Amino acid sequence: MVQPLGYLKESPSQTAGPYVHIGLTPNFVGIHGIYAEDLGVGALVNEKTRGERIVIRGRVIDGSGTPLKDALVEIWQADAAGLYNSPLETRGKADENFSGWGRSPAHFETGEFVFETVKPGRVPFQDGRLMAPHVTLWIVARGINIGLHTRMYFSDEADANAEDPVLARIEHKVRIPTLIGQRDGDAYQFDIHLQGERETVFFDM
Amino acid sequence: MRNTIPEAGPLFVRDRAMQPPAYTPWYKTSVLRAPTRALLSLEGTRSEITGPVFGHNMLHELDNDLIHNYAKPGESAIGPRILVHGRVLDESNRPLPGVLVEFWQANAGGRYRHKKDTYLAAIDPNFGGVGRAITDDDGYYWFKTVQPGPYPWPNGVNDWRPAHIHFSIFGKSFAQRLITQMYFEGDPLIWRCPIVQTIPDKAAIERLVAPLDMNATLPMDMRAYKFDIVLRGRRSTMFENRREGN
Ligand SMILES: [Fe+2]
Repeated sequence: MVQPLGYLKESPSQTAGPYVHIGLTPNFVGIHGIYAEDLGVGALVNEKTRGERIVIRGRVIDGSGTPLKDALVEIWQADAAGLYNSPLETRGKADENFSGWGRSPAHFETGEFVFETVKPGRVPFQDGRLMAPHVTLWIVARGINIGLHTRMYFSDEADANAEDPVLARIEHKVRIPTLIGQRDGDAYQFDIHLQGERETVFFDM
Repeated sequence: MRNTIPEAGPLFVRDRAMQPPAYTPWYKTSVLRAPTRALLSLEGTRSEITGPVFGHNMLHELDNDLIHNYAKPGESAIGPRILVHGRVLDESNRPLPGVLVEFWQANAGGRYRHKKDTYLAAIDPNFGGVGRAITDDDGYYWFKTVQPGPYPWPNGVNDWRPAHIHFSIFGKSFAQRLITQMYFEGDPLIWRCPIVQTIPDKAAIERLVAPLDMNATLPMDMRAYKFDIVLRGRRSTMFENRREGN
């Protein structure tokens, strides 16, 4: 026998279930009076936030092509200068008018999620190379047993995307477009496909 | 002792053998919602190692009291009164202070306050079914609620969820983000539940079963259940100054 290492194991995930919005966006489902407002819902920006205003919209789509109407999506991103508003950010102080985190319930009828935010700056990879601008997304819903992590990159950043060290890890280049939000005016459309030919690349980070 | 704050390193590799796979056909909704391709493995970058923080000042005093946070003045939710408490730790057994824990649940009859829930059990006018807390310096959280009831759900023709409370937890890193469910010691429905059975490991399931904690019980008031939550551990970068090629 040897000494035990003494590590604990991560608690197992369970599906967020059909009523995740009660817990995370109660006002959205008509439970008023407990929280003044739903956390993370609404614009991530205020009038003082630095950077280019953008909107990210999309849907989470199942293997039959149907958008999920009970999903919940969160985003996490750097500010316009490429800094995260996190105690673990060691390179400098992020824009104090930008938390970088947002939460959106899927719309009851259309399944659409929406984030009003700024375009993030570039963030270095471990080896110092710059990653292309991107937003991290986390998707939970009934029928999803463990939250799914993915990234959205930007269609108008083709040069940066071409040298991005994470996109470069994708063996089947035909799948890279599943991670690119398509610009339309000041909005980017980013549909997340859970299955099928256009299945989004999900990450084990 | 360290005299500088070590830069946070990547998270421990997630042990997928202890986590539910995406495709679990006995839980039917997973069939069309399970990604079919391999996940892209990537050691976390700054984008996943960092994460949002939430201040204690965002909390209202009733946020962790589900017995009263939706009740009319002077009234309270119906059902067995319980205290749920525990710590949020990482895999290195370190408490995680300042992390947001959100919870939601059915009422004592097994009914959610949601327009899609049409179960026969009555709505409790004094119960909303949602609350939140932020862990203290020791990683500790607690809330008061009523014990939720089990409820039937459309999957098999006679499937019942064991009594449970849903939990959403933020760590310090966005890659630690976790949603799970807490079950109650002794509930015979736990081992019959298709959702519980998405977890492939019996010991892992048992880590979601909260024991009755008589020491924390409030005499003549409420029973207590203890529920610790473990998030992924994180390497320090103290030993990681090697450059590529070394
Ligand atoms: Fe539930």
